[in-house]
This record gives sequence, C-alpha cells and structure tokens, in this order.
Amino acid sequence: MNHLVVLPVVLPLLAAAVLLVTQRADLAFTRGLSLCSSGALLLIGLGLLQLTGDGPPLVYYVGDWPAPYGIVLVADRLSALMVTLTALLAFLGLLYATAGEDTAGAYFHPLYQFQLAGLGGAFLTGDLFNLFVFFEILLIASYCLLLHGGGSLRARAGLHFVVLNLAGSALFLFALGTIYASLGTLNMADLALKSAEATPEQRFAVRAGVMLLLAVFGLKAALLPLGFWLPDAYAAACAPVAALFAVMTKVGIYAIMRVHVLVFGGEGGIANPMTARWLLPLALGTVVIGTIGMLASRELRRTMAYLVVVSVGTALCSLSLLTREALAATTFYLVHSTLVGGGLFLLADLVARQRGEAADALDRAQAVAQPLLLGALFFVGVVAAAGLPPFSGFLAKLFILRAALPAPSTAWVWAVLLVTSLFVVIALSRGASAIFWRTEGTTSSGPPVPPVQLVATIGLLASAGLITAFAGPLSELADSVSGELLDVETYARQVLGNATVAPTASGFEGVR
Amino acid sequence: MELLFAVSVGFLVGSGVYLLLRARSFALVLGLTLISYGVNLFLFASGRLVSDRAPLLTAGVLEYPDPLPQALVLTAIVIGFGMTAFLIVLALRVYADTGTDHVDGEDPP
Repeated sequence: MNHLVVLPVVLPLLAAAVLLVTQRADLAFTRGLSLCSSGALLLIGLGLLQLTGDGPPLVYYVGDWPAPYGIVLVADRLSALMVTLTALLAFLGLLYATAGEDTAGAYFHPLYQFQLAGLGGAFLTGDLFNLFVFFEILLIASYCLLLHGGGSLRARAGLHFVVLNLAGSALFLFALGTIYASLGTLNMADLALKSAEATPEQRFAVRAGVMLLLAVFGLKAALLPLGFWLPDAYAAACAPVAALFAVMTKVGIYAIMRVHVLVFGGEGGIANPMTARWLLPLALGTVVIGTIGMLASRELRRTMAYLVVVSVGTALCSLSLLTREALAATTFYLVHSTLVGGGLFLLADLVARQRGEAADALDRAQAVAQPLLLGALFFVGVVAAAGLPPFSGFLAKLFILRAALPAPSTAWVWAVLLVTSLFVVIALSRGASAIFWRTEGTTSSGPPVPPVQLVATIGLLASAGLITAFAGPLSELADSVSGELLDVETYARQVLGNATVAPTASGFEGVR
Repeated sequence: MELLFAVSVGFLVGSGVYLLLRARSFALVLGLTLISYGVNLFLFASGRLVSDRAPLLTAGVLEYPDPLPQALVLTAIVIGFGMTAFLIVLALRVYADTGTDHVDGEDPP
C-alpha cells in the first residue's frame, strides 16, 4: 500500500484543522501554511501521476480493511491528473487571494483547505457512498466560500445553490439505495463485476439508479436543464473562489466518466446505450444555451460564468461519444478548460478593480489603468477559450472534432461546436471592445495590479501556451487515461484481487 | 409492511417536494427535512425489511439484518442535520438582507 494515495485527503484536512485552531495567528503564518499545503498537494499530484503513469491503478485500503467491505481509495491516471489539476488551480487561486481577498471574511483559508480535501477525496475514492460523502464535504465548504465577502447578492445566489444541491444530494441517496438494494455492494470495482452478471430484473432497477446518478452529476456539472444555478453563483463569488469553482463542474464530469463509463459502461454495460442517448443532445443544448447566455450577458463575470457552461457542454458532448479517442479528447479539454476558465475569472476581477464604479459591467466607463497588460492577457484568454489557433483551446477542440468523425452524429457535433465557437468569439470580443476601447476618455486612478495577483493570473493563462507546447506528452497522457477508463477488468482485479480477505469476513450471509 | 413503508416514503417525499416548490424559506427548510426523512427510510429499506432477526452477529445465528444500510443511514442523518442547520442560518441571513422570505429575494407580483 502506497500512503501517497491518501495524502490528497489527509493533508488538506490536517492543514484546515491547524488553520482553524490557529485562527488568531498572524496573517503571514495563515497564508504561508495554506500556500504550503496547496503546494505540497501539487507535488503529491505530480508524484501520483508519475507512479500511475506506467502501471496499474494504486489501491489504498483505508484501515487495511479488505475490499469490498472496507473503504478503498483508488488512484488511477484520471484521478492523479484531476488531483494535480485541482492543486495547480488551487495554488494559483490562493496566491491571488493573498493580495487581500482572503481577509474579506472569516475562515477563508480553512474553508479553502476543506474544499481541497473534498475534491481530492471525490477524485480518489473507489466507493460510491464515499463519493457522496466527499461531495458533501466539498459542497459545504463551497457554500461557505461562495458567501465569502458577504453581500445580499451572494446570499441570494448562495441560497439557490444550497437548496438545489441539497435536493441533488437526496437524489444521490435514492440512487445509492436503489443500486445497493439490487446488487448488494457500493464498491465501484465490485459493482462493475456484479452488474455484469446481474439478472434482467436487477439490471432494470440498477439502470434506474444509474440514470438518477446521471441527473445528480448533471446537476453538479450544470448540464442543460439543471444548470441555471451556475451563472448567478459563479458571477457572485469572489474571484479566487470563482476560479476554484472552475474545477467544481469538472467534478460532475469526472463522476460521469468514473461511474457511467468505467463502472457501468463498457460492452453491454448497464449505462451504455442510455448514457450516450441522453447525454449528447443535452450536452449540445448546454453549449447552445451557454453561448446565448454569453451573448446576453451584460457583465464580464457573467460572460465568464456562461463560458464555464459552454465548456461543460463541450466536454460532455465529447464524452458522450464513448470511444477511446473521444475520452482522450475529453480529458485534454478538461485540463485546458479548467485552467483557462480559472484564469479568465481572475482576469475579469483584475479588470473590474480598475474600472471604478462600473466594475465589470459592459458599459461605457473609465479606461483601465493598465490597458496594455490587461488587454494582452485578455486577448490570450479569449483566443484560448474560443478555440482559435495557436493556443490550447484550438488543439482541444480539434481533438474533439476529430473524435466525432466516425460517430453517427458527426454533423450535429461539428455544426454546433463550430457555430457556437464563432458566437463565443463575438461575445468575448464585444466584451473586450466595450471594456478596453469604448471608454469615457478618463483613465482610472486605481492602483496597479498587485504582483502576486498578476503572477497568479499569468500562471493560469500561460497554461494556454504551455498546453500547446507540451501537447504531445499531454495527449499521450490523455490517451492512456482513456485506455484505462475502458479497461474495467484491470481496475476491478487491482482493487479486489489484492485484497487479503480475512476468513470471517466472507460477505453478508444473512437473509436478504 | 412493504406497502405501508413505500407509501410513507412516497408521502414524505411528495410533501417535501410540494413544500420545496412553495419557494418560501421556512417551507423550504421543512420540505428538505421531509425529503431527507424519506431518503433515510428508503436507504434503510435497501437492506430489506425483516423483523425478529438477531441484532448482533453471534455464533450459530445465521439470520441477521444487513448492517450496512444502517451505517449509511447514520451517515446520511448526520450530514443532513449539518446541512439543515446551515440552511436555516443562510435563510435567516437572506431574510435579514432582503426583507422577504421568498427565495428570489423579492415577492412575486
């Protein structure tokens, strides 16, 4: 057992606990500890990527209880990649917050670490019920983070966000109950094996549970009929939180990849024909709605929030094709859209700070104090997000379009993705011209961008260039991720095969 | 027993959904609480409804109820409790900020 696997959960939890106890310590200590923890998380993520890169998934039996009875954490390439991605985003977001945003309310740093613990756990767990528990951990931290800084706008958006997610949690539990009642297990590897030999009646019930799960994950990911909470919430959150939230929708996409592709997917899998049939039209609809929202937005942050909706739709549209190539394209797109999306939220905040009372409204107002710097960053972000060459968005979208070629729905995917790309460019360039060119002639006297915030924003937006530069290794990684996702036998053997089952724990023998 | 149980779960969740759709914060809290009761009963039943079984695992006794759903329900209760507490505080805050208990922050015309 490699203890590195459990660290992405334990380390932020420990850091959060220490931060709570030392609430009254001076700010430098709090910020230092928080940054150290996120930095260490990044190193752990890279270590996990290294370890899983050329081997089977790493399995961690918590408390050494044998699977499928105890709790397992499983680090495969997808988990390792998501942990690394989250840590990178979190570190830069935190760096941005240390310029002063973190003192706008109490408990920012402990909550941030709790959120990271929840995210790490959700990416690593090998058990459906634990997925629920980690979802709740990351959600309750995100409720509080969303409210960070106060204000009635945030409180109202927060109430919607909380109530919707509580209803989602109830659905999640109904789904778990249905699946457990039919198959008698919630361990993902065990579920994969048991669902393969389920009777038709069992399959019927399990399929209902699996489709309920699709609704739950769709709610988290902001899939079409369930995604209208997102723009309000993301536009209201303070910038470093909004940047971290760029990975929250990806948790939903990750969960669909894990549950609907790995566990219940595959040839003749319970989720197989249904997932694709529902997901593709809904995902395309999400892209269209997101684009319309971008065009209709009158504030920059809201535009960026709708951009997240578009990216969710694009990723799920690629995911719904369910081929190895399409899953690799989805993975590649996830990395690109998370980093660039997070960067754009930070940038929108930098712009808003230099425009006086107009903030991020797309109206005629005073010019920003540093038009060249912010304008150049905005240009890079827009080109990357819209999918124009030479930055990462272009490659990501190209991979998705190529993966869609053999599919029967090629025409739909190509038409929707290409036409909406055009409108995304229009919406973003309209925003840019409103902010940088259509000005009142007076220049803001606001302070220049603090260096740490600049470093954080550039760090995230630079990923657009770096992903292009290292597209080869990254797409190889994405390909090996999707290979692993389609190989449930290795996953199940790795989780269950290594277990040293104690003779007394031979499973439930009571009357069911 | 199954019918009674199923009807109770359905009734709890149905009332909860109705209250949820009222879009007033107090009704919302009650509605989510009722839904979580329904969910907990449902989870509990996923280990099958049996009676007169040995509660503890003892040598020689083969008929005992499935312990796992009970553990799941316990976890779900704790999480639901925390979430409800948070929701109440948030709802009070929104009420104080906006002066109305409607979830959109303004009374519908």
